[in-house]
Amino acid sequence: MGKTFVEKVFSKKAGKEVKAGTIVSVEPDYVMSHDNAAAISGTFRKIGVNRIKYPERVVIILDHEVPAPKESSAINHKEIRAFVKEQNIENFFDINHGICHQIFTEQGFAMPGKLIVGSDSHTTTYGALGALSAGIGRSEVAAIWATGELWFSVPETLKIVINGIIPKYITPKDIALYIIGKIGSDGADYKAVEFAGDTISRMTVPERMVLSNMAAEMGAKCGYTPPDHNTFDFIRGKARSEYESLYSDNDAVYCDVIEFNADDVSPSVAKPHTVDNLASIKEVEGTKIDQALIGTCTNGRLEDLEAAAKVLKGNKVKVRTLIIPASRNIYKDAIKNGTIEILVEAGAIILNPGCGPCLGAHQGVMAPGEVTFSTANRNFKGRMGCREAEIYLGSPISVAAAAITGEITDPGRLLS
Amino acid sequence: MNGKFEGKVWKYGDNINTDVIFPGKYTYQKMEPEEMAKHAFEDHDPEFVNKVNDGDILVAGRNFGMGSSREQAAVAIKYAGIRVIIARSFSRIYFRNAINAGMPAIIAPEVVDALEEGDRVTIDMENGKIITPKREFAFPPYPSTVMNILQKGGLINFIKSNI
Repeated sequence: MGKTFVEKVFSKKAGKEVKAGTIVSVEPDYVMSHDNAAAISGTFRKIGVNRIKYPERVVIILDHEVPAPKESSAINHKEIRAFVKEQNIENFFDINHGICHQIFTEQGFAMPGKLIVGSDSHTTTYGALGALSAGIGRSEVAAIWATGELWFSVPETLKIVINGIIPKYITPKDIALYIIGKIGSDGADYKAVEFAGDTISRMTVPERMVLSNMAAEMGAKCGYTPPDHNTFDFIRGKARSEYESLYSDNDAVYCDVIEFNADDVSPSVAKPHTVDNLASIKEVEGTKIDQALIGTCTNGRLEDLEAAAKVLKGNKVKVRTLIIPASRNIYKDAIKNGTIEILVEAGAIILNPGCGPCLGAHQGVMAPGEVTFSTANRNFKGRMGCREAEIYLGSPISVAAAAITGEITDPGRLLS
Repeated sequence: MNGKFEGKVWKYGDNINTDVIFPGKYTYQKMEPEEMAKHAFEDHDPEFVNKVNDGDILVAGRNFGMGSSREQAAVAIKYAGIRVIIARSFSRIYFRNAINAGMPAIIAPEVVDALEEGDRVTIDMENGKIITPKREFAFPPYPSTVMNILQKGGLINFIKSNI
């Protein structure tokens, strides 16, 4: 009987053959944290260990409240910088870099076959590079800092096969929202997700990152895409170390295999207040919005900004429109190729690379009764700082179209 | 964790997410657990913290704790007084966070069906039994790794005792 990708990674790490359902204690290759490193350092000290066991495996990227919006955030950042110095953590990226998942990938920490954990639920993103990457809690990060290892349950694997040509005005985000709507926000709870099919094969790594990022919204432990030539091209010159690509065997046992056809996907929207509250954009057309948000770890890459600019070019936004490049490099590229100019010309506000308003900490917090149409990954009640506000989720193309009209609009109708 | 827990049931529905249990605006503020407890369920049931008593039991539907990895969503509930959470299912990271905070998270859909808000329920960790007013249920024992963490009162204590 063959093994799945995750069974292979955990077997390799554990030094013995393990199957789904086993609990193993193993050493992750990297452990990522962000602004919560301040709280984690406090927990770490409570353990009573003076030095991080493997500082070279620790990556800290400040992105959640950057630049500090209030004194308490500034104190957090200050404590983290002092801790980084004290513990000789070389892989530290201060507030001028960008969103942790984007920086982690750009900096070459995300590599095929690696076991990566992070104190952020969207750590699943690195599955797009063929890694096994999972979100964990803060105490768990402190535990890894102290001991180098952590307990894991080897998950079953759900295979999601997507075939067909993606229609015009449809993006990987629409596909992700569509799948989550079909299988539910616990459709992959405690499971590994493996993406396959010809649609996935044709996708670039940044496009695959959208799916792996959104795997967290299916409840998945990780969202793996088998590495191929696109992956190897992407990480050439970036990879931080040697790596070994791992693949599920042909006779691996999956708990389920679900197939989707990309041709069936229309522009998709998640209505308030859960990500699986799926609607096709036609069903919610005309919904008035107060704010449009294009960015975040889901949709703040160059491709997303370019897609938005294509829609906004020559138009003026009707609502406040926030654009957040996911990293400084993306920001720079978008300046160089004229994308930023188009967006600013249209009346959008460019925010600094970071998590921004996605989690309601600062920048673009909503007032009661307001509606935001966002490219982020969550629309939970109160997510953007106000429980009497509503969040709809969609693709950069759909959100840009709505920014022009002031209401949710089928981009196909607007642009054709 | 070989003890028995006996307490009053608070019952909530499906897909309760971490943002309504512990809002993001507090997530990067440094807080002691007692302070976190004051915000438990703030955006779902703002009255929760006023009505919950020490030793109570939380009963929930599917996918409890979905969303963010924020550990405060488990710690806040524990320090608000909840001893055990019984649910139809837990979100992956929440399940880990609850265990690592030393709070048993038990997956038992039939027990959720059998309990109403306000019921008294007894959880016998040692014998793997849950006693409801209607009947008694058995639940499978935790793997030893998980049990060891619970017995030490959470992951950090467990690691301290092993170093």
